[in-house]
Amino acid sequence: MSDVLIMAIESSCDETAAAVVKNGREVLSNVISSQIDLHTLYGGVVPEIASRKHIEKINQVTEQALTEAGVTWDDITAIAVTYGPGLVGALLVGVSFAKSLAWALKKPLIGVHHIEGHISANYIENKELEPPFMCLVVSGGHSHLVKVSDYGEYEILGKTRDDAAGEAFDKVARAIGLGYPGGPKIDKVSNEGNPLAMDFPRAKVVGNEYDFSFSGLKSAVLNYLNSMEMKGEPVSQADVAASFQQAVVDVLVGHSMRAIEEYGFNKFAIAGGVASNSHLRAAFEEACKERGVSFYRPSPIFCTDNAAMIGVAGYYEFMKGMRSDWDLNAVPNLKLGER
Amino acid sequence: MKILGFDSSGMAGSVAVVEDGITKAEYIINNKKTHSQTLLPMLDDISKMLGEDLSDVDAVAISAGPGSFTGLRIGSAAVKGLAMAWNKPVVSIPTVDGLAYGMWGHDRVICPLMDARRNQTYTGLYEFVYEDEYVMKTILAQCAVALDEIIDKINEIGKAVTFLGDGVPVFEEQIKEKCKVDYSFAPAFANRQRASVIATLAEQYYKEGRIETATEHAPDYLRLSQAERERMEQNSANS
Repeated sequence: MSDVLIMAIESSCDETAAAVVKNGREVLSNVISSQIDLHTLYGGVVPEIASRKHIEKINQVTEQALTEAGVTWDDITAIAVTYGPGLVGALLVGVSFAKSLAWALKKPLIGVHHIEGHISANYIENKELEPPFMCLVVSGGHSHLVKVSDYGEYEILGKTRDDAAGEAFDKVARAIGLGYPGGPKIDKVSNEGNPLAMDFPRAKVVGNEYDFSFSGLKSAVLNYLNSMEMKGEPVSQADVAASFQQAVVDVLVGHSMRAIEEYGFNKFAIAGGVASNSHLRAAFEEACKERGVSFYRPSPIFCTDNAAMIGVAGYYEFMKGMRSDWDLNAVPNLKLGER
Repeated sequence: MKILGFDSSGMAGSVAVVEDGITKAEYIINNKKTHSQTLLPMLDDISKMLGEDLSDVDAVAISAGPGSFTGLRIGSAAVKGLAMAWNKPVVSIPTVDGLAYGMWGHDRVICPLMDARRNQTYTGLYEFVYEDEYVMKTILAQCAVALDEIIDKINEIGKAVTFLGDGVPVFEEQIKEKCKVDYSFAPAFANRQRASVIATLAEQYYKEGRIETATEHAPDYLRLSQAERERMEQNSANS
């Protein structure tokens, strides 16, 4: 069979991205236009501004993805696009653009789930990785513990009841004056802090032992900051950051390892923006090593929102015969495994 | 010349093919479905009905704004994809101009009114003048203003006026109360945005060289986002 080249488009949040992926595993190009500087002015992603930026950038990014891959439209087999979950206005730009591209070029269209993309990012650099495996997806919008039974087949074991892990990082970073985006800043400043300085709570969720809750932890940090301010005592930004981060890491690692043991998996992967966190990566590295479990994590460039991961997920959907219709719509709260 | 036109600036979405002065196809839908669900299926239907893949168009035209921010982007993104795939230019038509042009040859002042929320309307004032052929003259270019402001202007001009657009049902009572000149409302076939009008106007724009590349094209919102507006207000309050 000849090579299958997927042109993938991603615009679910604040990155406008396009990529060309060959046979589901080889990234020929991966172009990301980040809007982060723009949203930093507002302390977080502003949906309307994100949508406006996507429309300004999408052709340029797509053109660059083609050029860098060294291919023309004739070489492209199908167009894949993220259609959810995400910001509806932002998703609509990518979806509308991808649909008309596919229609005009007479190529198949494949709507891809954003989280499926994140999980699939692990296939890019780990050619030997195949399902089944356990995957933790942690980002600014998502915290999911997922059993990957086969390509495109997922079972969500646990998810967050309130804030996503990345959201908690952003909120705590703002509270201790680090600003947006919180993840990378807390990661960095924690290197100077003592992770055992404060004993912030590791929440257990009643009902499903694999679910997460980070709002209690966030409140505990805010209460601590308030009480110190009342007492007029100085606060160590690095210690708070490191202790908060340690609490998040403990919960994520604890849940994941319990799931691996219960289901008897020997492969574990992480994905999503928070998977770039160096302390989290180190903790998982160690926990997996202790248990003789193979640990997989994408390079940071494939952890952040990107289109290469959508191209990978799109490839496996394409091979299964999945095709989207011309009325494909953005689905902001799309569930994993649903169509 | 062959133009493929789109309008998704308001509730009604439409696609049309205009070739050498003839509307070959037009599809309008005005219901609860989002433009994302209707625009490409309408295009696909038109293509099948015509038996043409439409890749031979000279340009792709779009009602570029103002209008619903999301609606504008769905249309713009669609046009940017088609124009990129076919390597064809984009023609951006101001939405309010398009509404007015649909009243071709009308002898009154034409005042499109779009519901812009926040107690404003996207509007403008136009009239057709006969110079060997009817030519549309712009009295007031498209803008976002309070209804009172445009009514004051109409009263000041003192000529009979025809209103149209999705702002009419919203502002009808206020118009009746405040408009001092003779006024009328356009009928169903002419009172909403239409892609055939956009494609027709685009023929003129194309001949005048008023075209963009797919990459250059972006909607003309006429308004900042709420976050930008609040930030500017805050900055000016602080300074």
